[in-house]
Amino acid sequence: MATNTTVVPARLAKPKAAAGPWREAFGRLVRNKLAVLGLILVSLLLFCGIFGPLIAPWPYQDQDLQAIFANGNRPLPPLSPNHILGTDQLGRDLLSRLLDGARISVTVAFVVQFVIIFIGVPVGAFSGWFGGRTDNFMMRLTDVFYAFPDLLFIILLSVAFRETVFGQALDGLLLVFVAIGLVGWVTVARLTRGQMLALKETEFVEAAKAIGVSDRKIVMRHLLPNGMGPIIVAITLGVPVAILAEATLAYIGIGVQPPRASWGSLIAEGQKYIRSEPHLVIFPAIFIALALIGFTFLGDGLRDALDPKLKGKQ
Amino acid sequence: MIAYIGRRLLWIIPVLFTVSVITFFLMHSVPGGPWDREKHLPQGTQDRLNAQYGLDQPIYVQYARWAGAFIQGDLGPSYRFQDRTVNDIVADGIWTTVQLGVMAFLLAVAVGIPLGIFAALGHNKAPDYIATSISIIGIATPVFVLGILMTVFFAVQLGWFPTGGWKGPQYWVLPTIALAGFPIAIIARYTRASMLEVTRKDYIRTAQSKGLRDQAVVSRHMIRNALIPVVTILGPTLAFLVTGSFIIERIFGIPGVGQYYITAIGTRDYSLLMAMTMLYAFAVAFLNVVVDVLYAYIDPRIRYS
Repeated sequence: MATNTTVVPARLAKPKAAAGPWREAFGRLVRNKLAVLGLILVSLLLFCGIFGPLIAPWPYQDQDLQAIFANGNRPLPPLSPNHILGTDQLGRDLLSRLLDGARISVTVAFVVQFVIIFIGVPVGAFSGWFGGRTDNFMMRLTDVFYAFPDLLFIILLSVAFRETVFGQALDGLLLVFVAIGLVGWVTVARLTRGQMLALKETEFVEAAKAIGVSDRKIVMRHLLPNGMGPIIVAITLGVPVAILAEATLAYIGIGVQPPRASWGSLIAEGQKYIRSEPHLVIFPAIFIALALIGFTFLGDGLRDALDPKLKGKQ
Repeated sequence: MIAYIGRRLLWIIPVLFTVSVITFFLMHSVPGGPWDREKHLPQGTQDRLNAQYGLDQPIYVQYARWAGAFIQGDLGPSYRFQDRTVNDIVADGIWTTVQLGVMAFLLAVAVGIPLGIFAALGHNKAPDYIATSISIIGIATPVFVLGILMTVFFAVQLGWFPTGGWKGPQYWVLPTIALAGFPIAIIARYTRASMLEVTRKDYIRTAQSKGLRDQAVVSRHMIRNALIPVVTILGPTLAFLVTGSFIIERIFGIPGVGQYYITAIGTRDYSLLMAMTMLYAFAVAFLNVVVDVLYAYIDPRIRYS
């Protein structure tokens, strides 16, 4: 592990550390080079997603018809004047479109994980805390969702509700996000349940019970905060899965509606010109890759930082 | 053990039932019907077709009919390909899809596990960085990007392989590699983490201190124990490969069943869509049981009752 190199300073720093476990974990995180790289990539993606339209050289739907015409009605190559990454076949600036795509990916990352937390954590907590029949029922429910062919279920949901108000919200994206979340919560539910089961037997929970703290308060105050580490890791590592799912759906033509384009649909468009204009596929592919790598490294780093088994061993 | 397997297999039935109900009702709530084509059919014709296929019945009656036929192994007529039954369509394409999925799976295991072991044995040294870089590429490249790039490079530019089709072994190479890219990365990462975990275990120290050769420690103690958790991800991986091949089938023009899923939704081919969903749900549920049983078999610490 990359943290090995900094073992000694960490140990020496320890005596003064009355710092909480979260700060300790954060310290471990920033000493991990790959995690820091992940953090940087994720921050860049967030920055592009939030401020993308402000820093984009052109509005994403604007067509530079003159430039295209001068180029014989073909997409401009990268490093053209005014269009640093070139344009697509309609003369739209590729960098601007990629930045708008970043906004879509960032929204995916947040909305999907929100749906997953919103369903997965309560179901898992409920199941683990009450146990018995409730638990059995909940776990069988997750079995059903687990067996659903997920990408296919998302496609079906997206097509089924495409015409409704809900399906039109956020340029057709909200529906896709919710659909991705609906098939993704099972992992988090199972994880939360496992944490609940383990923590339920601990002495501090027994103590809380003994002094008459209500069930709700025990779950909210003691179980969830203590079981949070692995859940945070699972959620972070779920982000690249969601981004990938959205890109895949966009590639087959489901989700965001033109003129907006997600990275997946940019690749689908660019594929038609790949032999003469490979940049139309390569750049979106690079953006997707950086986003996936960023969240994966960050998630791995968080796991190492939050894993109590490693605590003190480093 | 037999009772456990039996119970788990029986449990697939309610899972499939729930999946079928949800899909059936969702599918029928999609606006439009199988007769909306490029050429608009007159209302009278549509009504007659609906009556002929029972689509004018209440939805629960339609479901009951579908379920009754399904239990007897009749997947119904295809609305889109009217000269063929869904049974024919599935029978034609299923083995191609299974073959592609299984080949990609074998490739992923054959490359991913050694890659992970290699990385762990050279932990924080060159082998680790090389293997980790390979798996990062696998994780960061969506299957469709890999498919497109491989077609352009190996089929169009170099001309080593055909760009599409499924007529012989040379047609299998590119789709199999493209499909296996992501699982290779996942399996390698998992194997590496599991190997590193095992390295810290007391029994490894025991084995080393009793003077066992390094090679024997690695092959007899480390790898065998490290692979146990890896088995848990193989089930979902195989399911992912068998069900997730539709994009690769599209890119390479492979005549499997995966391609039908998207077209079936687009054309409202209800019976074909149901057949595909049930097939996939069964594959996922069944493979999960297989993995759990296999897990108990290779790890003597686990006992099911």
